[in-house]
Amino acid sequence: MAHAAITHAHGHGHDHDDGTRTTLGFWIYLMSDCLIFATLFATFGVLANATAGGPGAKDLFELPYVLGETLLLLASSVTFGMAMLNLYAQRRGQVIVWLAITFLFGAGFIAMEVNEFAKLIADGAGPGTSAYLSAYFTLVGTHGLHVTAGLLWIAVMMHQTFRFGLTGTIRRRLACLSLFWHFLDLVWICVFTFVYLRGFL
Amino acid sequence: MFGKLTLDAVPWHEPIIMGTGAVVALGGLALLAAITLAGKWGYLWREWITSVDHKRIGVMYIILAVVMLLRGFADAIMMRVQQALAYGDAAGYLPPHHYDQIFTAHGVIMIFFVATPLILGLMNVVVPLQIGARDVAYPFVNSLSFWLSVVGAVLVMVSMFVGDFAATGWVAYPPLSELGYSPTVGMDYYIWSLQLSGLGTTLSGINFIVTILRMRAPGMDMMKMPVFVWTAFITNILIVAVFPVLTGTLALLTMDRYFDMHFFTNELGGNAMMYINLIWVWGHPEVYILILPAFGAYSEIIATFSGKPLFGYKSMVYATSSIGILSFFVWLHHFFTMGSGANVNAFFGIMTTVISIPTGVKLFNWLFTMYRGRIRYHSATLWTIGFMVTFAVGGMTGVLLAVPGADFVLHNSLFLVAHFHNVIIGGVVFGCLAGVSFWFPKVFGFTLNEFWGKVSFWCWLIGYWLAFTPLYILGFEGMTRRMNHYEVAEWHPWLVVALVGALFVGMGILAFIVQIVVSLRDREANRDVTGDPWDGRSLEWSTSSPAPFYNFAVLPEITSMEQHWDNKEAGRAYVQPRKYEDIHMPRNTGAGFIIAAFSLLFGFAIVWHMWVFAAVGLAGMIVTFIVRSYDQDVDYWVPAAEVERIENARFRQLGIKRFEQPEQIEEMA
Repeated sequence: MAHAAITHAHGHGHDHDDGTRTTLGFWIYLMSDCLIFATLFATFGVLANATAGGPGAKDLFELPYVLGETLLLLASSVTFGMAMLNLYAQRRGQVIVWLAITFLFGAGFIAMEVNEFAKLIADGAGPGTSAYLSAYFTLVGTHGLHVTAGLLWIAVMMHQTFRFGLTGTIRRRLACLSLFWHFLDLVWICVFTFVYLRGFL
Repeated sequence: MFGKLTLDAVPWHEPIIMGTGAVVALGGLALLAAITLAGKWGYLWREWITSVDHKRIGVMYIILAVVMLLRGFADAIMMRVQQALAYGDAAGYLPPHHYDQIFTAHGVIMIFFVATPLILGLMNVVVPLQIGARDVAYPFVNSLSFWLSVVGAVLVMVSMFVGDFAATGWVAYPPLSELGYSPTVGMDYYIWSLQLSGLGTTLSGINFIVTILRMRAPGMDMMKMPVFVWTAFITNILIVAVFPVLTGTLALLTMDRYFDMHFFTNELGGNAMMYINLIWVWGHPEVYILILPAFGAYSEIIATFSGKPLFGYKSMVYATSSIGILSFFVWLHHFFTMGSGANVNAFFGIMTTVISIPTGVKLFNWLFTMYRGRIRYHSATLWTIGFMVTFAVGGMTGVLLAVPGADFVLHNSLFLVAHFHNVIIGGVVFGCLAGVSFWFPKVFGFTLNEFWGKVSFWCWLIGYWLAFTPLYILGFEGMTRRMNHYEVAEWHPWLVVALVGALFVGMGILAFIVQIVVSLRDREANRDVTGDPWDGRSLEWSTSSPAPFYNFAVLPEITSMEQHWDNKEAGRAYVQPRKYEDIHMPRNTGAGFIIAAFSLLFGFAIVWHMWVFAAVGLAGMIVTFIVRSYDQDVDYWVPAAEVERIENARFRQLGIKRFEQPEQIEEMA
């Protein structure tokens, strides 16, 4: 097939994906995912004061801790950027190393989030306590699930980069993963602002 | 291990369900035995189940829709019989809990597993052909989307025999749909069947947007796209914009039911009206998702059978786009009675009436297309004319309901039920059936029997009016929807008339099936050898019938809005090119089917709280997807010689000798 692909590399411009088709589709997927988050944010907005006599943001969160989480995730976006720079420079080994560092930052973020959730539940402020906490756990948890999916994807891409090298397919997938990872960063900034900071106004 | 699932989950003591179950089981076994005896499993697996050919996936969508139509219609006729019987002292034959499940299942099935697959099926078959593409942007995702829809339908069907189905109405308003009031698994079947099929629909939406934006034949700019492609484009934008909201909303309800949360409960700060807002933010655009491609089909049909270009192409495009935009500003008209105040209600009332303007533009465009045309009364034309008359009435009752004051009286009455059946049957169903009879030869290579097609049309048209005009009247008389029993004697005659109407619709469905069978029998006599049985205008009619798996041997160059028609006028059509090139095609894959199979395990297990199986199902889905991503051999080349062999056969059939018009071949090359 590789041989056929080379012999037919020209003259088929119109039915061929040059990679941008997938990226466009992935952008559209991200917009649809964005709408899921929009739904969750709107719900959180409606229920932000529905604490039903239970604890509110000031009673529950420690901003320095959340800031730590935030910095981990932001750093992971920077390291992903490093992976992409090395991708453009055709340095396969460096791509894998930076993906691994990104993975560690992301995993650290997830660990901190799980720890925070566990502490809240142990303190009797679980998702069933009030509509406010339901909205909090669902919004933040959905973001966390996305990051977890991203971690799995990073792991798979590290292996695929190792195995297949920086082929067109791998470059395309890393470009999509990069979009996904930065998108999650953006969503987290909204979470940090509207869920955590807002509670301390 | 098996969660809440025990042998008691099967409703052994319900003779109606057990009888149906026996019939379904026997029918299923007979089908499986027939396939085995005919030795067709390998063929089915290779040519259909693993197929990524958009035409085959389209056909499978439509088959799914027709099968589910039979189920949804059976529900309808049971409700009509119940209401024709159960007044005064008579209780009818359906106990309330069963009746409630039936009207819920009827709505869910008709919207999600009949109308939606019909629309997706038509788009799959037609869009790539009309834009001169060889497949959709992501053929594997397309296959996955289809099989996820099947899983949704299977879950609904399974719920009938194992457990029960939601008894909440088709949009499942809380707090009724919360655990406290719907403790059985019925509601969970509802959630997971919609989540899985909804995922498939969202993926389809992304797929078609990219297909339409990126895979049009060279020279086809946006304003040269056929109107059906335009309507499909807007519909898919709507799908991507609102199906995530449905996913999110149902996920919140799931949180309430599975993790004791309080989004929509009466306790601890929950807000049920938030669900109702969210579900209609999805729900109102959803009806435009269904109707727009039907509008597109009518546009193609009426232009073809009037022998004229579509009147007002640009206004049709702008009308479609504005309907798409306006559909986001009307959701609150589903619950004017929420009490959001006069100003809010007035805003949504006015926005709703505004939608009738672009819709009216379309209606006039179709009429002006027919004006002074050479109209051929093919059954597709009849469906279109029947639609115009029926839909106009449905539109007017819609405008009536958009007046908040009137809505306070008519809300949740049978007037409303009559209105949305008026627009969905008279709009979506007629359009899809018209589209099926119009495009059938392009997929199968022979035309459908016209006599039975017309019988089907007249039964549906008469049946619709007989079944739903009484419901308009009953709405004015104050009868609310979803009644299992009533005391008002004056209502009874109208409900008997409605039952008769439903029987007519049933004959229409029967005639449609007879039409398919008769057409299959007579297929040799009705072969479409030209590929253009209706003297068509757009690209799909320029290739052979059935369209070859690569659609176009040579991708067409687009210079006009009605390329095929203009080619015929200029003598450029049916000219065989001097030489062919290799064609790049996607390879079939079983991954979509396998992922969907795991999703069925996941869905069924999570409905019954069988956590281990649910985890296995979910892991299976993810692992299959990852394994697929390691497959480097996802496409292949069709050698030019093979293309030439297929095309030579076609041109022999057309009776055209090669190189007949050398000067035009130069032009094509």
